[in-house]
Amino acid sequence: MPAAAMPTATRVQLDGVSKRYAAGPEVLSPINLEAAPGDFVTLVGPSGCGKTTVLRLLAGLTEPSAGTLRIDDLEPAAARNHLAYIFQDPTLLPWLTARRNVELPMRLRGELPERRAAVARDLLQLVGLAEAENKFPRQLSGGMKMRVSIARALARRPGLLLLDEPFGALDEITRNRLNEDLLRLRQTTPFTAFFVTHSVGEAVFLSNRVVVLSPGPGRIVAEIAVPFPYPREAKLRESPEYQQLVAHATAALGKNSSPAVS
Amino acid sequence: MKRTDSKWLTWLPPVLTAGVILGLWQAIISVFHVPDYLLPTPRQVAGALWRDHEFLFNAALHTGGSALVGFFAAVIGGALVAVALANSRWMKAALYPWVLFVQMVPVVVMVPIFVLWFGAGFPSVVAISFVISFFPVVASTTLGLVSTDRALLELFAIQQATKLQEIFLLRVPSALPYFLTGVKIAATLAPIGAISGEFLAGTEPNTLGYILIYDRAIPGKMPEVFAVALVTCALGFMFVGAVQWLSWRLLRQWHESAQSSE
Repeated sequence: MPAAAMPTATRVQLDGVSKRYAAGPEVLSPINLEAAPGDFVTLVGPSGCGKTTVLRLLAGLTEPSAGTLRIDDLEPAAARNHLAYIFQDPTLLPWLTARRNVELPMRLRGELPERRAAVARDLLQLVGLAEAENKFPRQLSGGMKMRVSIARALARRPGLLLLDEPFGALDEITRNRLNEDLLRLRQTTPFTAFFVTHSVGEAVFLSNRVVVLSPGPGRIVAEIAVPFPYPREAKLRESPEYQQLVAHATAALGKNSSPAVS
Repeated sequence: MKRTDSKWLTWLPPVLTAGVILGLWQAIISVFHVPDYLLPTPRQVAGALWRDHEFLFNAALHTGGSALVGFFAAVIGGALVAVALANSRWMKAALYPWVLFVQMVPVVVMVPIFVLWFGAGFPSVVAISFVISFFPVVASTTLGLVSTDRALLELFAIQQATKLQEIFLLRVPSALPYFLTGVKIAATLAPIGAISGEFLAGTEPNTLGYILIYDRAIPGKMPEVFAVALVTCALGFMFVGAVQWLSWRLLRQWHESAQSSE
């Protein structure tokens, strides 16, 4: 991507944010959370702890019942230009080729076809799918579809990337490789990330901050700083420091809930 | 090896079935001594087909023309009504019961009304063909337009798509398979509507429905009636075949329904 189009990572702030759906129970009790530009924050916790709700609130897909959210001093709905959301499913349009799927955000912004195509090709190359540009989603594997989904999100040049268990459905080898690729992409395009996962190992590998949530209602019960410097390599997973931290985070998760750790 | 197997499978069974039916037909006549004014032999029907082929071909062209006009009116009108129904709760609540209501009116009741409104002959024939093929297009297209994947709608919302972009880049393409299913049903009904219309309100002697008015009244014309039935079936097959082909062209690259031939 041209240097002029470089995004700047955003600051994120949640002040006393809680959420209750209609007459239902509170899914998120008031939480406070702040992310500096470039932070990679991972939310871990068992089902029902409100991890996904935090992302949906940040994306403006749902309104908080109380409290305020700020993305670079903007309300989520006003900050949509700066954020991209990667869903659990790749959510590709099945009638478009990989390249045309990556072009979608630019198409919606009204950019010219030649420019769109060029940027989309670059992004596909970046996620290692240069040869798949004319393939349809049904011709791609689960991991490849997720790569297209990531490329599409990057096409928005997001300052804030929200990832809702994007690799949960993939096998471990593919998941590990995508984790490494995600960190590599972060070196070239700076963004602040909020990443939801069930996997403590994934959380520690990716992020500089692991936030542990507990259900009934969702609340933050622990925050663990991950000191390993970026760029991180695959061999980090073999280091005793990494494994200690995973054990520590797993214990924090287990102490506060019946864990659903994968 | 598999490929040739499946090719055999597509044409051999129907041909065998046809052979069995013809054999049974002839056997029933021979065994039970069915008089030919009740049931003509296959040979008599083939004879009638051959003798009148020019006349029947001409009649099929006329009937097919009326059916085609009614069919296109139903497809275009049905799609437009479906868009209106799907985009407004109010419109749907106000119109859908009445669309259903009109569908419940039997053709024989419509005929005198249409003849009075549009005049006997071609206009009424087209109107009847239209009315009976209209509803399936409306019903299935509406269903398609309102069952767009929720995650994809959220994706479009996050990307700040306009309402028009949402309709044309998302709702319309994802409704396409549903629409084509409706069109396929309309293609089977339109020729039936045209022939019923000609039989009940026709004025032109060289149409399939009109031929029936005469032939059924004349003793010994049973082979001709059967010949008309066969030509009608052939006409219907051409309608459905054309739609099937179009549907395959449009969906083959991305939709599961078009994958079986690969």
